[in-house]
Amino acid sequence: MAKRKQGAGDLNRHLPALIGRRIFAAATSLAFVIVTVFAITNILPGDATDALLGQGATPQAIAAMRHDLGLDRSVFLRFWLWLWGVLHGQFGYSLLNGLPVADAIRPRLHNSLLLAGASAAVAVPVSLFLGITSAIWKDTLYDRAVSVLTLGMVSVPEFVIGTMAVYVFAVRLHVLPALADVASVHSIGQFLRAFFMPVASLALVTLAQMVRMTRAAMADTLSAPYIEMALLKGVGPARLILVHAIPNAIGPIVNAVALSLSSLLGGVVVIEVVFTYPGIAGLMVDAVSSRDVPTVQACALVFCLTYLLLTTFADIVTILSLPRGRKA
Amino acid sequence: MIALLGKLRGKHDRAVLLIVFWLFLALLGPLCSSQDPGAIGSQPVFSSPSITHLLGTDYLGRDTFARLLNGIRHTVILCFASTLIACSVGTFLGIAAVTVRPWLEAVTGRLADGFLSIPSLLFALLVIAVFGTSTVALIITMGIIYAPGAYRTSRALAQRIVRLDFVTVARARGESTAYIVLQEILPNMAGPMIADVGLRFIYSVLLLSNLSFLGIGVQPPEVDLGSMVRENMLGMVYGSPAMIVPVAVIAVLTVGINLALDSSRGKG
Repeated sequence: MAKRKQGAGDLNRHLPALIGRRIFAAATSLAFVIVTVFAITNILPGDATDALLGQGATPQAIAAMRHDLGLDRSVFLRFWLWLWGVLHGQFGYSLLNGLPVADAIRPRLHNSLLLAGASAAVAVPVSLFLGITSAIWKDTLYDRAVSVLTLGMVSVPEFVIGTMAVYVFAVRLHVLPALADVASVHSIGQFLRAFFMPVASLALVTLAQMVRMTRAAMADTLSAPYIEMALLKGVGPARLILVHAIPNAIGPIVNAVALSLSSLLGGVVVIEVVFTYPGIAGLMVDAVSSRDVPTVQACALVFCLTYLLLTTFADIVTILSLPRGRKA
Repeated sequence: MIALLGKLRGKHDRAVLLIVFWLFLALLGPLCSSQDPGAIGSQPVFSSPSITHLLGTDYLGRDTFARLLNGIRHTVILCFASTLIACSVGTFLGIAAVTVRPWLEAVTGRLADGFLSIPSLLFALLVIAVFGTSTVALIITMGIIYAPGAYRTSRALAQRIVRLDFVTVARARGESTAYIVLQEILPNMAGPMIADVGLRFIYSVLLLSNLSFLGIGVQPPEVDLGSMVRENMLGMVYGSPAMIVPVAVIAVLTVGINLALDSSRGKG
């Protein structure tokens, strides 16, 4: 025991360095993301002018347009100007309507955060409960039912869950509207009606992954020798779980939850389209269909930034809680 | 080759058999229906199953069964092709990172980390916005998206294998790097890599279905399972098989392979 304590103290001295290294890694990833987003969208020889002016455009018109859009400048200059704009919240102008992309994104980002936040608020407690209980009652009928159901849910595409929800609640039971009419929300009842299905579907999408990872983390802790020791010593089941197992499992569980929250990002794209929810993911899909590159760039950056924040947060929690993880 | 096939059997034969079954269905399936998947006749739309139309008709009155077989062909072949690209590129780089030079490992590792920090659906959206939705673009995009994951798996496996005694012995015998890679490392990682191929195949089926459902994957007149669901969304109101059956087929495909992989995972 004394030896272990000394080891922990040793690790604690390295803690700021470890976290610093993780943040540095996140910063490199962010730089990579920014460069990739810019590079992919600037790699083509033909550019936006072809799409905007069509085939019949005269060379003069194309040249004028290229000048207007700044495409006649060098790639490095354009990257620098773009980055400068992004740092100041300016993402350029939409190719479709010429309006600033930032203005289109802001209200929709708010809607998306509302949807994602509400779904997380539902998914996290439910999946903690399901994950921890199924790890405690491992190999019972309950555990197997949870495992098969969640495996089923992680292995179907997100839109299946959304469309099934519409089929059951809107088409068969006629209890909820099939579209999320966010604009006409004026009371709590309307709010619940409009948000129930998108939130429930998105929560289900996230939940499956989260339950599986929470269960694995908890089962891992429960199989540790000190749990067996406590059991042999005659510790009661409630005390065993609450005092011996859960405090040790918190780190891995928080890590699991934060990592699964990033599956919200993929889910939110599909769910917003299924329910025609006015969020940023729906905006991005529309922009992809119409190949409105500046809007796609901006949405991609917002999403990647969120994803990076979540994964970095998950890793820092792991470093803080798990002596084993500190070596990495 | 036969030795390699022998390695593939064993732990994951159920998953391998399932993938082979779907490939056969993709190649031969469209021959099983006498109906033309693209023919818009005078049939009613969203009709219920009958002798001529085994699964009824879709939103344009086309034969659902024939379209389903075509949809399976597109989904399975596109996803299998991109999985092959991802896993061969990933495995090649993974082994090269371990066996060639240390700087190669540093460079490829950083690149893989970078790619993995972009969620796959977003990366696909970004690339499609620029390169469009041609079949080749879709295959290559998905191949690139899943290569970093395959790279990590194969690098981890190769790292464990190069430390084993028989590799040291082969080095001491003076065998070339090519010999060690082909004769010692590759055969020993085949088993676990099969599980990885299965997983990436499922991921790409999910990704492609989602993309097509969003309308930015496989484009008409071609059809895959996801775009079938998209175009027949209206049929949901009538409980039409044209919308429900493709959903069920995707679920059977992915859940089946996942269960097969999951059951062999426990056996160790």
